[in-house]
Amino acid sequence: MEALVHISYLIAMLGFVVGLKFLASPSRAKTGNLIAAGGMALAVVATIVGQFYGVEISILKLSLIILGITAGYLVGKKMSDKVEMTEMPQLISFFNAMGGGVAMILGVLEARIDQSPSSASLILLWSGLIIGAASFSGSIVAYRKLSGKQKDKKALWIMWLSRLLLVVFIATPILYIYNFLPSELEIITLILLVLGLIYGIIFVLPIGGADMPVVISLLNSLTGVATALAGILYDSSIMIAGGIFVGAAGVLLTLLMCQAMNRSLFAVIGGKFKSTKGGPVGVEEEIEIKTTSFGEVATKLAFANKVAIIPGYGLAVAQAQHLCKQLQSLLESKDTEVHYIIHPVAGRMPGHMNVLLAEADVHYDILKEMDSVNDDMSSYDIAIVIGANDVVNPAAETDEYSPIYGMPIIRAYNCRDVVVIKRGMAKGYAGVENKLFGYENCQLLFADAKDALTGITNQLKLL
Amino acid sequence: MIEFFIENEQLIYFFVLCTFLGVELIANVPAVLHTPLMSGANAISGVILVGAIIIMMRIDETDYLGLALGTIAVFLGMLNISGGFFVTGKMLQMFSGKKKSK
Repeated sequence: MEALVHISYLIAMLGFVVGLKFLASPSRAKTGNLIAAGGMALAVVATIVGQFYGVEISILKLSLIILGITAGYLVGKKMSDKVEMTEMPQLISFFNAMGGGVAMILGVLEARIDQSPSSASLILLWSGLIIGAASFSGSIVAYRKLSGKQKDKKALWIMWLSRLLLVVFIATPILYIYNFLPSELEIITLILLVLGLIYGIIFVLPIGGADMPVVISLLNSLTGVATALAGILYDSSIMIAGGIFVGAAGVLLTLLMCQAMNRSLFAVIGGKFKSTKGGPVGVEEEIEIKTTSFGEVATKLAFANKVAIIPGYGLAVAQAQHLCKQLQSLLESKDTEVHYIIHPVAGRMPGHMNVLLAEADVHYDILKEMDSVNDDMSSYDIAIVIGANDVVNPAAETDEYSPIYGMPIIRAYNCRDVVVIKRGMAKGYAGVENKLFGYENCQLLFADAKDALTGITNQLKLL
Repeated sequence: MIEFFIENEQLIYFFVLCTFLGVELIANVPAVLHTPLMSGANAISGVILVGAIIIMMRIDETDYLGLALGTIAVFLGMLNISGGFFVTGKMLQMFSGKKKSK
Protein backbone atom coordinates (compact mmCIF):
# COMPACT_ATOMS: atom_id res chain seq x y z
CA MET A 1 0.00 0.00 0.00
CA GLU A 2 2.83 2.36 0.81
CA ALA A 3 4.26 1.88 -2.66
CA LEU A 4 0.89 2.71 -4.14
CA VAL A 5 0.76 5.94 -2.15
CA HIS A 6 4.19 6.94 -3.38
CA ILE A 7 3.31 6.15 -6.98
CA SER A 8 0.19 8.28 -6.58
CA TYR A 9 2.34 11.16 -5.39
CA LEU A 10 4.58 10.77 -8.42
CA ILE A 11 1.60 10.81 -10.77
CA ALA A 12 0.16 13.82 -8.93
CA MET A 13 3.43 15.67 -9.35
CA LEU A 14 3.45 14.91 -13.07
CA GLY A 15 -0.10 16.25 -13.12
CA PHE A 16 1.16 19.56 -11.71
CA VAL A 17 4.01 19.74 -14.24
CA VAL A 18 1.84 18.97 -17.25
CA GLY A 19 -1.00 21.09 -15.88
CA LEU A 20 1.20 24.17 -15.50
CA LYS A 21 2.75 23.62 -18.91
CA PHE A 22 -0.68 23.40 -20.53
CA LEU A 23 -2.00 26.38 -18.58
CA ALA A 24 0.64 28.48 -20.29
CA SER A 25 -0.65 27.69 -23.79
CA PRO A 26 -3.93 29.16 -25.03
CA SER A 27 -5.35 26.11 -26.77
CA ARG A 28 -4.61 23.61 -24.02
CA ALA A 29 -5.17 25.74 -20.93
CA LYS A 30 -8.50 24.17 -20.06
CA THR A 31 -7.13 20.66 -20.23
CA GLY A 32 -4.18 21.82 -18.15
CA ASN A 33 -6.47 23.02 -15.41
CA LEU A 34 -8.26 19.65 -15.32
CA ILE A 35 -5.00 17.71 -15.25
CA ALA A 36 -3.65 19.80 -12.37
CA ALA A 37 -6.93 19.42 -10.50
CA GLY A 38 -6.82 15.66 -11.07
CA GLY A 39 -3.27 15.54 -9.74
CA MET A 40 -4.38 17.44 -6.68
CA ALA A 41 -7.30 15.09 -6.01
CA LEU A 42 -4.96 12.12 -6.30
CA ALA A 43 -2.46 13.70 -3.90
CA VAL A 44 -5.14 14.39 -1.30
CA VAL A 45 -6.67 10.92 -1.49
CA ALA A 46 -3.23 9.28 -1.39
CA THR A 47 -2.36 11.29 1.72
CA ILE A 48 -5.51 10.28 3.56
CA VAL A 49 -5.11 6.61 2.60
CA GLY A 50 -1.40 6.66 3.43
CA GLN A 51 -1.93 8.28 6.82
CA PHE A 52 -4.75 6.01 7.95
CA TYR A 53 -3.59 2.71 6.45
CA GLY A 54 -2.10 0.25 8.89
CA VAL A 55 -2.67 2.32 12.00
CA GLU A 56 -5.58 2.22 14.37
CA ILE A 57 -8.08 4.51 12.71
CA SER A 58 -9.12 7.45 14.80
CA ILE A 59 -12.74 8.02 13.89
CA LEU A 60 -12.62 11.53 15.36
CA LYS A 61 -9.67 12.65 13.24
CA LEU A 62 -10.93 10.98 10.09
CA SER A 63 -14.32 12.64 10.40
CA LEU A 64 -12.76 16.03 11.16
CA ILE A 65 -10.57 15.78 8.07
CA ILE A 66 -13.47 14.71 5.88
CA LEU A 67 -15.61 17.46 7.36
CA GLY A 68 -12.92 20.06 6.60
CA ILE A 69 -12.44 18.82 3.05
CA THR A 70 -16.15 18.62 2.24
CA ALA A 71 -16.86 22.07 3.67
CA GLY A 72 -13.82 23.55 1.88
CA TYR A 73 -14.89 21.99 -1.42
CA LEU A 74 -18.46 23.24 -1.17
CA VAL A 75 -17.60 26.77 -0.05
CA GLY A 76 -14.91 27.08 -2.73
CA LYS A 77 -17.29 25.91 -5.45
CA LYS A 78 -20.05 28.18 -4.29
CA MET A 79 -17.78 31.24 -4.13
CA SER A 80 -16.40 30.66 -7.60
CA ASP A 81 -19.85 29.96 -9.05
CA LYS A 82 -21.24 33.20 -7.75
CA VAL A 83 -18.34 35.49 -8.60
CA GLU A 84 -18.75 38.21 -11.21
CA MET A 85 -15.98 38.45 -13.78
CA THR A 86 -15.00 41.89 -12.54
CA GLU A 87 -14.47 40.55 -9.03
CA MET A 88 -12.15 37.81 -10.19
CA PRO A 89 -8.83 39.35 -9.08
CA GLN A 90 -9.91 39.85 -5.50
CA LEU A 91 -11.23 36.30 -5.34
CA ILE A 92 -7.85 34.92 -6.42
CA SER A 93 -6.29 37.07 -3.74
CA PHE A 94 -8.77 35.73 -1.19
CA PHE A 95 -8.03 32.09 -2.06
CA ASN A 96 -4.35 32.83 -1.85
CA ALA A 97 -4.88 34.19 1.66
CA MET A 98 -6.39 30.83 2.57
CA GLY A 99 -3.25 29.01 1.46
CA GLY A 100 -1.11 31.40 3.51
CA GLY A 101 -3.42 30.82 6.45
CA VAL A 102 -2.79 27.08 6.29
CA ALA A 103 0.98 27.60 6.32
CA MET A 104 0.54 29.86 9.34
CA ILE A 105 -1.58 27.35 11.28
CA LEU A 106 0.82 24.52 10.43
CA GLY A 107 3.65 26.52 12.02
CA VAL A 108 1.65 27.07 15.20
CA LEU A 109 0.61 23.43 15.46
CA GLU A 110 4.14 22.22 14.81
CA ALA A 111 5.46 24.35 17.68
CA ARG A 112 2.66 22.99 19.88
CA ILE A 113 3.44 19.35 19.16
CA ASP A 114 7.22 19.37 18.94
CA GLN A 115 8.63 21.34 21.86
CA SER A 116 12.29 20.85 21.04
CA PRO A 117 12.87 20.73 17.28
CA SER A 118 16.36 20.69 15.77
CA SER A 119 17.75 24.04 14.67
CA ALA A 120 17.15 23.23 11.02
CA SER A 121 13.51 22.28 11.64
CA LEU A 122 13.10 25.40 13.73
CA ILE A 123 14.30 27.63 10.92
CA LEU A 124 12.01 25.87 8.44
CA LEU A 125 9.11 26.07 10.85
CA TRP A 126 9.52 29.76 11.57
CA SER A 127 10.21 30.76 7.96
CA GLY A 128 7.10 28.90 6.85
CA LEU A 129 5.11 30.52 9.62
CA ILE A 130 6.27 34.07 8.92
CA ILE A 131 5.91 33.76 5.13
CA GLY A 132 2.49 32.15 5.53
CA ALA A 133 1.28 34.84 7.95
CA ALA A 134 2.59 37.67 5.75
CA SER A 135 1.02 36.12 2.67
CA PHE A 136 -2.26 35.70 4.54
CA SER A 137 -2.58 39.25 5.84
CA GLY A 138 -1.06 40.75 2.69
CA SER A 139 -3.57 38.95 0.48
CA ILE A 140 -6.42 40.12 2.67
CA VAL A 141 -5.24 43.73 2.33
CA ALA A 142 -4.90 43.24 -1.46
CA TYR A 143 -8.40 41.76 -1.49
CA ARG A 144 -9.78 44.77 0.38
CA LYS A 145 -7.96 47.21 -1.91
CA LEU A 146 -9.33 45.57 -5.03
CA SER A 147 -12.84 45.68 -3.60
CA GLY A 148 -12.31 49.37 -2.94
CA LYS A 149 -12.53 48.99 0.83
CA GLN A 150 -8.98 50.05 1.54
CA LYS A 151 -7.01 53.11 0.48
CA ASP A 152 -3.28 53.30 -0.13
CA LYS A 153 -1.24 54.50 2.77
CA LYS A 154 2.28 55.77 2.43
CA ALA A 155 4.38 56.88 5.34
CA LEU A 156 7.98 56.86 6.39
CA TRP A 157 7.29 54.90 9.56
CA ILE A 158 5.91 52.05 7.48
CA MET A 159 9.21 51.73 5.68
CA TRP A 160 11.22 51.76 8.89
CA LEU A 161 8.88 49.36 10.64
CA SER A 162 9.13 46.87 7.79
CA ARG A 163 12.92 47.04 7.88
CA LEU A 164 12.90 46.58 11.64
CA LEU A 165 10.62 43.57 11.34
CA LEU A 166 12.93 41.97 8.77
CA VAL A 167 15.81 42.30 11.22
CA VAL A 168 13.69 40.72 13.96
CA PHE A 169 12.75 37.82 11.68
CA ILE A 170 16.38 37.06 10.97
CA ALA A 171 17.66 37.68 14.48
CA THR A 172 15.09 35.66 16.43
CA PRO A 173 16.08 32.17 15.24
CA ILE A 174 19.77 32.94 15.71
CA LEU A 175 19.25 34.26 19.24
CA TYR A 176 16.99 31.33 20.07
CA ILE A 177 19.36 28.66 18.80
CA TYR A 178 22.20 30.15 20.85
CA ASN A 179 19.98 30.26 23.93
CA PHE A 180 19.74 34.02 24.24
CA LEU A 181 15.98 33.85 24.39
CA PRO A 182 13.63 32.20 26.87
CA SER A 183 12.87 28.66 25.81
CA GLU A 184 9.08 28.92 25.53
CA LEU A 185 8.87 27.89 21.90
CA GLU A 186 5.11 28.29 21.61
CA ILE A 187 5.11 31.86 22.89
CA ILE A 188 7.92 32.99 20.61
CA THR A 189 6.13 31.32 17.71
CA LEU A 190 2.95 33.23 18.47
CA ILE A 191 4.85 36.52 18.69
CA LEU A 192 6.48 35.81 15.34
CA LEU A 193 3.05 34.99 13.94
CA VAL A 194 1.69 38.38 14.96
CA LEU A 195 4.77 40.16 13.59
CA GLY A 196 4.40 38.22 10.32
CA LEU A 197 0.80 39.36 10.05
CA ILE A 198 1.83 42.96 10.65
CA TYR A 199 4.58 42.65 8.07
CA GLY A 200 2.11 41.43 5.44
CA ILE A 201 -0.17 44.38 6.08
CA ILE A 202 2.49 47.06 5.91
CA PHE A 203 4.05 45.38 2.89
CA VAL A 204 0.90 45.80 0.81
CA LEU A 205 -0.51 49.04 2.30
CA PRO A 206 1.69 51.53 0.42
CA ILE A 207 1.28 49.78 -2.95
CA GLY A 208 -1.14 51.37 -5.40
CA GLY A 209 -4.40 49.70 -6.41
CA ALA A 210 -3.41 49.27 -10.04
CA ASP A 211 -0.30 47.36 -9.01
CA MET A 212 -2.31 44.81 -7.06
CA PRO A 213 -2.04 42.11 -9.78
CA VAL A 214 1.72 42.18 -9.41
CA VAL A 215 1.40 42.01 -5.65
CA ILE A 216 -1.05 39.13 -5.76
CA SER A 217 1.26 37.24 -8.05
CA LEU A 218 4.11 37.87 -5.64
CA LEU A 219 2.09 36.80 -2.60
CA ASN A 220 0.96 33.73 -4.51
CA SER A 221 4.58 32.90 -5.07
CA LEU A 222 5.25 33.38 -1.35
CA THR A 223 2.50 30.94 -0.42
CA GLY A 224 4.21 28.47 -2.74
CA VAL A 225 7.51 28.97 -0.92
CA ALA A 226 5.82 28.50 2.46
CA THR A 227 4.30 25.26 1.14
CA ALA A 228 7.67 24.03 -0.05
CA LEU A 229 9.30 24.83 3.31
CA ALA A 230 6.60 22.90 5.11
CA GLY A 231 7.21 20.11 2.59
CA ILE A 232 10.86 19.84 3.64
CA LEU A 233 9.75 19.73 7.27
CA TYR A 234 7.36 16.84 6.61
CA ASP A 235 9.64 15.20 4.08
CA SER A 236 6.80 15.33 1.54
CA SER A 237 8.04 15.55 -2.03
CA ILE A 238 4.62 16.43 -3.44
CA MET A 239 4.44 19.50 -1.19
CA ILE A 240 7.96 20.55 -2.12
CA ALA A 241 7.31 20.10 -5.83
CA GLY A 242 3.92 21.83 -5.84
CA GLY A 243 5.15 24.65 -3.63
CA ILE A 244 8.32 25.29 -5.55
CA PHE A 245 6.62 25.19 -8.96
CA VAL A 246 4.24 27.85 -7.76
CA GLY A 247 7.02 29.80 -6.07
CA ALA A 248 9.22 29.87 -9.17
CA ALA A 249 6.41 30.36 -11.66
CA GLY A 250 4.95 33.12 -9.46
CA VAL A 251 8.21 35.06 -9.43
CA LEU A 252 8.54 34.78 -13.20
CA LEU A 253 4.93 35.79 -13.71
CA THR A 254 5.45 38.77 -11.41
CA LEU A 255 8.44 39.88 -13.44
CA LEU A 256 6.54 39.43 -16.73
CA MET A 257 3.73 41.60 -15.42
CA CYS A 258 6.16 44.30 -14.32
CA GLN A 259 7.76 44.13 -17.75
CA ALA A 260 4.40 44.70 -19.45
CA MET A 261 4.01 47.87 -17.41
CA ASN A 262 7.64 48.86 -17.90
CA ARG A 263 8.18 49.10 -14.18
CA SER A 264 10.74 47.46 -11.99
CA LEU A 265 9.55 45.16 -9.26
CA PHE A 266 11.39 47.38 -6.84
CA ALA A 267 9.39 50.43 -7.89
CA VAL A 268 6.14 48.52 -7.50
CA ILE A 269 7.01 47.35 -4.01
CA GLY A 270 8.19 50.80 -3.07
CA GLY A 271 4.81 52.08 -4.25
CA LYS A 272 6.25 54.74 -6.50
CA PHE A 273 6.82 55.60 -10.11
CA LYS A 274 10.20 56.04 -11.71
CA SER A 275 11.77 59.20 -10.42
CA THR A 276 11.93 61.81 -13.11
CA LYS A 277 15.61 62.32 -13.70
CA GLY A 278 15.92 66.03 -13.14
CA GLY A 279 14.63 68.04 -16.05
CA PRO A 280 11.64 70.31 -16.08
CA VAL A 281 9.65 68.64 -13.34
CA GLY A 282 6.39 70.23 -12.42
CA VAL A 283 6.17 72.34 -15.54
CA GLU A 284 2.67 71.51 -16.65
CA GLU A 285 1.66 72.77 -20.01
CA GLU A 286 -1.83 74.08 -20.28
CA ILE A 287 -3.67 71.60 -22.40
CA GLU A 288 -6.62 72.82 -24.34
CA ILE A 289 -9.30 70.19 -24.49
CA LYS A 290 -12.25 69.83 -26.81
CA THR A 291 -15.42 68.15 -25.65
CA THR A 292 -18.02 66.39 -27.71
CA SER A 293 -21.53 64.98 -27.38
CA PHE A 294 -23.23 61.58 -27.80
CA GLY A 295 -24.83 62.71 -31.06
CA GLU A 296 -21.58 63.91 -32.55
CA VAL A 297 -19.78 60.69 -31.70
CA ALA A 298 -22.67 58.67 -33.13
CA THR A 299 -22.47 60.61 -36.39
CA LYS A 300 -18.74 60.03 -36.63
CA LEU A 301 -19.24 56.34 -35.98
CA ALA A 302 -21.95 56.15 -38.63
CA PHE A 303 -19.53 57.43 -41.25
CA ALA A 304 -16.57 55.34 -40.15
CA ASN A 305 -15.49 52.18 -41.94
CA LYS A 306 -13.10 50.92 -39.33
CA VAL A 307 -13.51 51.54 -35.61
CA ALA A 308 -11.10 50.79 -32.79
CA ILE A 309 -12.42 50.39 -29.27
CA ILE A 310 -9.75 50.75 -26.60
CA PRO A 311 -11.15 49.55 -23.30
CA GLY A 312 -9.56 50.14 -19.90
CA TYR A 313 -10.05 50.04 -16.18
CA GLY A 314 -13.04 52.40 -16.41
CA LEU A 315 -14.97 49.94 -18.59
CA ALA A 316 -14.31 47.16 -16.10
CA VAL A 317 -15.38 49.26 -13.13
CA ALA A 318 -18.55 50.45 -14.84
CA GLN A 319 -19.26 46.85 -15.95
CA ALA A 320 -20.08 48.25 -19.35
CA GLN A 321 -18.80 45.29 -21.40
CA HIS A 322 -22.30 44.22 -22.46
CA LEU A 323 -23.19 47.71 -23.65
CA CYS A 324 -19.93 47.80 -25.50
CA LYS A 325 -20.90 44.60 -27.28
CA GLN A 326 -24.27 46.14 -28.17
CA LEU A 327 -22.60 49.13 -29.78
CA GLN A 328 -20.27 46.79 -31.63
CA SER A 329 -23.16 44.68 -32.99
CA LEU A 330 -25.01 47.78 -34.09
CA LEU A 331 -21.95 49.05 -35.93
CA GLU A 332 -21.36 45.67 -37.52
CA SER A 333 -24.94 45.59 -38.74
CA LYS A 334 -24.05 48.78 -40.61
CA ASP A 335 -21.05 47.04 -42.19
CA THR A 336 -18.52 48.83 -40.03
CA GLU A 337 -15.47 46.86 -39.00
CA VAL A 338 -14.90 46.96 -35.23
CA HIS A 339 -11.72 45.93 -33.43
CA TYR A 340 -10.96 45.94 -29.75
CA ILE A 341 -7.39 46.87 -28.99
CA ILE A 342 -6.18 45.53 -25.71
CA HIS A 343 -3.19 46.88 -23.83
CA PRO A 344 -1.32 44.12 -21.97
CA VAL A 345 -2.18 45.66 -18.61
CA ALA A 346 -5.67 46.93 -19.42
CA GLY A 347 -8.24 46.17 -16.75
CA ARG A 348 -7.21 44.99 -13.36
CA MET A 349 -5.07 42.07 -14.36
CA PRO A 350 -3.27 40.97 -17.51
CA GLY A 351 -5.81 39.17 -19.65
CA HIS A 352 -8.62 40.47 -17.48
CA MET A 353 -10.05 42.62 -20.27
CA ASN A 354 -10.14 39.63 -22.61
CA VAL A 355 -12.12 37.65 -20.05
CA LEU A 356 -14.52 40.55 -19.49
CA LEU A 357 -15.20 41.00 -23.18
CA ALA A 358 -15.45 37.26 -23.69
CA GLU A 359 -18.15 37.26 -21.04
CA ALA A 360 -20.09 39.76 -23.15
CA ASP A 361 -19.81 37.38 -26.13
CA VAL A 362 -17.30 39.47 -28.02
CA HIS A 363 -15.72 37.34 -30.71
CA TYR A 364 -12.16 36.26 -30.00
CA ASP A 365 -11.07 37.22 -33.54
CA ILE A 366 -11.67 40.94 -33.18
CA LEU A 367 -9.70 41.28 -29.95
CA LYS A 368 -6.36 42.67 -31.08
CA GLU A 369 -3.21 42.69 -29.02
CA MET A 370 -1.53 46.06 -28.87
CA ASP A 371 1.64 44.94 -30.64
CA SER A 372 -0.17 43.43 -33.61
CA VAL A 373 -1.95 46.65 -34.64
CA ASN A 374 0.16 49.46 -33.26
CA ASP A 375 1.96 50.19 -36.54
CA ASP A 376 -1.30 50.21 -38.41
CA MET A 377 -3.32 52.57 -36.23
CA SER A 378 -3.75 55.15 -39.00
CA SER A 379 -6.07 52.73 -40.81
CA TYR A 380 -8.75 53.29 -38.17
CA ASP A 381 -11.20 56.09 -38.83
CA ILE A 382 -12.04 56.54 -35.21
CA ALA A 383 -10.79 55.24 -31.88
CA ILE A 384 -13.11 55.15 -28.90
CA VAL A 385 -11.12 55.07 -25.67
CA ILE A 386 -13.33 53.87 -22.83
CA GLY A 387 -12.00 54.40 -19.34
CA ALA A 388 -8.36 54.07 -20.31
CA ASN A 389 -5.88 56.85 -19.78
CA ASP A 390 -2.20 56.17 -19.23
CA VAL A 391 -2.10 53.42 -21.87
CA VAL A 392 -2.86 55.93 -24.64
CA ASN A 393 -0.77 58.81 -23.32
CA PRO A 394 1.75 59.82 -26.01
CA ALA A 395 3.94 61.32 -23.29
CA ALA A 396 5.21 57.77 -22.78
CA GLU A 397 6.82 58.03 -26.22
CA THR A 398 7.66 61.70 -26.53
CA ASP A 399 8.32 63.18 -23.12
CA GLU A 400 11.55 61.90 -21.71
CA TYR A 401 10.80 63.49 -18.38
CA SER A 402 7.40 61.94 -17.94
CA PRO A 403 7.19 59.34 -15.18
CA ILE A 404 5.64 56.88 -17.62
CA TYR A 405 8.26 57.47 -20.32
CA GLY A 406 9.13 54.15 -21.95
CA MET A 407 5.90 52.36 -21.13
CA PRO A 408 4.47 50.79 -24.28
CA ILE A 409 1.27 52.54 -25.33
CA ILE A 410 -1.46 52.09 -27.90
CA ARG A 411 -0.89 54.73 -30.58
CA ALA A 412 -4.46 55.93 -30.58
CA TYR A 413 -3.28 59.40 -31.63
CA ASN A 414 -2.56 58.00 -35.11
CA CYS A 415 -6.25 57.33 -35.77
CA ARG A 416 -8.14 59.95 -37.74
CA ASP A 417 -10.36 60.77 -34.76
CA VAL A 418 -10.01 59.87 -31.13
CA VAL A 419 -12.86 60.09 -28.64
CA VAL A 420 -11.96 59.57 -25.01
CA ILE A 421 -14.83 58.67 -22.72
CA LYS A 422 -14.03 59.42 -19.11
CA ARG A 423 -15.85 60.60 -16.06
CA GLY A 424 -13.85 63.72 -15.37
CA MET A 425 -10.48 65.36 -15.83
CA ALA A 426 -8.97 63.22 -13.10
CA LYS A 427 -5.53 61.94 -13.98
CA GLY A 428 -4.87 58.30 -14.66
CA TYR A 429 -3.26 55.98 -12.17
CA ALA A 430 0.23 57.30 -12.88
CA GLY A 431 -0.93 60.81 -11.98
CA VAL A 432 0.32 62.45 -15.14
CA GLU A 433 -1.31 64.82 -17.55
CA ASN A 434 -2.47 63.07 -20.71
CA LYS A 435 -0.91 64.83 -23.68
CA LEU A 436 -3.34 63.08 -25.98
CA PHE A 437 -6.15 65.39 -24.84
CA GLY A 438 -4.37 68.34 -26.38
CA TYR A 439 -4.05 66.70 -29.81
CA GLU A 440 -5.93 68.16 -32.73
CA ASN A 441 -7.82 64.97 -33.48
CA CYS A 442 -8.80 64.19 -29.90
CA GLN A 443 -12.12 64.96 -28.28
CA LEU A 444 -13.38 64.19 -24.82
CA LEU A 445 -16.75 62.93 -23.75
CA PHE A 446 -17.31 63.35 -20.05
CA ALA A 447 -19.61 60.57 -18.87
CA ASP A 448 -19.69 57.27 -17.06
CA ALA A 449 -18.77 54.45 -19.46
CA LYS A 450 -22.22 52.93 -19.12
CA ASP A 451 -24.15 56.17 -19.75
CA ALA A 452 -21.89 57.13 -22.63
CA LEU A 453 -22.27 53.81 -24.41
CA THR A 454 -26.04 53.83 -23.93
CA GLY A 455 -26.22 57.41 -25.19
CA ILE A 456 -24.09 56.78 -28.26
CA THR A 457 -25.93 53.57 -29.12
CA ASN A 458 -29.32 55.29 -28.85
CA GLN A 459 -28.22 58.18 -31.04
CA LEU A 460 -26.74 55.81 -33.56
CA LYS A 461 -30.01 53.88 -33.81
CA LEU A 462 -31.78 57.10 -34.78
CA LEU A 463 -29.41 57.82 -37.64
CA MET B 1 23.13 23.26 9.69
CA ILE B 2 25.79 21.24 7.84
CA GLU B 3 24.32 18.02 9.23
CA PHE B 4 20.96 19.04 7.87
CA PHE B 5 22.47 19.57 4.45
CA ILE B 6 24.17 16.17 4.42
CA GLU B 7 21.10 14.38 5.72
CA ASN B 8 18.82 15.98 3.17
CA GLU B 9 21.13 16.27 0.21
CA GLN B 10 18.71 14.61 -2.21
CA LEU B 11 15.86 16.76 -1.00
CA ILE B 12 17.87 19.90 -1.62
CA TYR B 13 18.81 18.78 -5.14
CA PHE B 14 15.13 18.13 -5.75
CA PHE B 15 14.29 21.61 -4.43
CA VAL B 16 16.76 23.33 -6.73
CA LEU B 17 15.75 21.39 -9.84
CA CYS B 18 12.07 22.06 -9.19
CA THR B 19 12.81 25.78 -9.06
CA PHE B 20 14.28 25.71 -12.53
CA LEU B 21 11.50 23.51 -13.85
CA GLY B 22 8.89 25.91 -12.46
CA VAL B 23 10.44 28.80 -14.35
CA GLU B 24 10.91 26.84 -17.58
CA LEU B 25 7.34 25.53 -17.59
CA ILE B 26 5.72 28.89 -17.98
CA ALA B 27 8.51 30.79 -19.71
CA ASN B 28 6.52 31.49 -22.86
CA VAL B 29 3.11 32.31 -21.48
CA PRO B 30 1.20 34.96 -23.48
CA ALA B 31 -0.09 37.98 -21.53
CA VAL B 32 -3.70 36.92 -22.07
CA LEU B 33 -3.15 33.84 -19.93
CA HIS B 34 -1.42 35.57 -17.01
CA THR B 35 -4.54 35.76 -14.91
CA PRO B 36 -5.75 32.15 -15.37
CA LEU B 37 -2.21 30.90 -14.91
CA MET B 38 -1.84 32.82 -11.68
CA SER B 39 -5.14 31.44 -10.50
CA GLY B 40 -4.18 27.89 -11.47
CA ALA B 41 -0.81 28.16 -9.76
CA ASN B 42 -2.60 29.50 -6.72
CA ALA B 43 -4.76 26.38 -6.66
CA ILE B 44 -1.69 24.17 -6.90
CA SER B 45 -0.12 25.88 -3.90
CA GLY B 46 -3.13 24.53 -2.01
CA VAL B 47 -1.20 21.24 -1.94
CA ILE B 48 -0.25 22.45 1.53
CA LEU B 49 -3.47 20.64 2.47
CA VAL B 50 -1.33 17.48 2.43
CA GLY B 51 0.69 18.99 5.27
CA ALA B 52 -2.47 19.87 7.15
CA ILE B 53 -3.66 16.26 6.96
CA ILE B 54 -0.26 14.94 8.05
CA ILE B 55 -0.19 17.21 11.08
CA MET B 56 -3.75 16.28 12.05
CA MET B 57 -2.51 12.74 12.56
CA ARG B 58 0.18 13.86 14.99
CA ILE B 59 -2.07 15.92 17.20
CA ASP B 60 -3.04 14.33 20.49
CA GLU B 61 -6.68 13.14 20.53
CA THR B 62 -7.38 15.11 23.66
CA ASP B 63 -5.84 18.35 22.43
CA TYR B 64 -9.09 19.89 21.31
CA LEU B 65 -7.64 23.30 20.46
CA GLY B 66 -5.04 21.61 18.29
CA LEU B 67 -7.66 19.49 16.56
CA ALA B 68 -9.83 22.54 15.94
CA LEU B 69 -6.90 24.45 14.42
CA GLY B 70 -6.00 21.42 12.31
CA THR B 71 -9.54 21.13 11.01
CA ILE B 72 -9.55 24.83 10.12
CA ALA B 73 -6.26 24.31 8.27
CA VAL B 74 -7.76 21.39 6.31
CA PHE B 75 -10.82 23.50 5.51
CA LEU B 76 -8.79 26.51 4.34
CA GLY B 77 -6.46 24.33 2.29
CA MET B 78 -9.36 22.66 0.52
CA LEU B 79 -11.04 26.05 0.02
CA ASN B 80 -7.86 27.24 -1.69
CA ILE B 81 -7.79 24.17 -3.93
CA SER B 82 -11.44 23.93 -4.86
CA GLY B 83 -11.97 27.66 -5.30
CA GLY B 84 -8.74 28.02 -7.24
CA PHE B 85 -9.46 25.29 -9.77
CA PHE B 86 -13.12 26.20 -10.21
CA VAL B 87 -12.35 29.88 -10.82
CA THR B 88 -9.59 29.01 -13.28
CA GLY B 89 -11.98 26.68 -15.10
CA LYS B 90 -14.63 29.36 -15.22
CA MET B 91 -12.21 31.88 -16.70
CA LEU B 92 -10.90 29.48 -19.31
CA GLN B 93 -14.41 28.40 -20.22
CA MET B 94 -15.03 31.89 -21.51
CA PHE B 95 -11.95 31.88 -23.70
CA SER B 96 -12.55 28.55 -25.32
CA GLY B 97 -16.27 29.11 -25.74
CA LYS B 98 -15.47 31.94 -28.13
CA LYS B 99 -12.93 30.01 -30.12
CA LYS B 100 -15.32 27.17 -30.88
CA SER B 101 -17.90 29.57 -32.29
CA LYS B 102 -15.49 30.61 -35.02
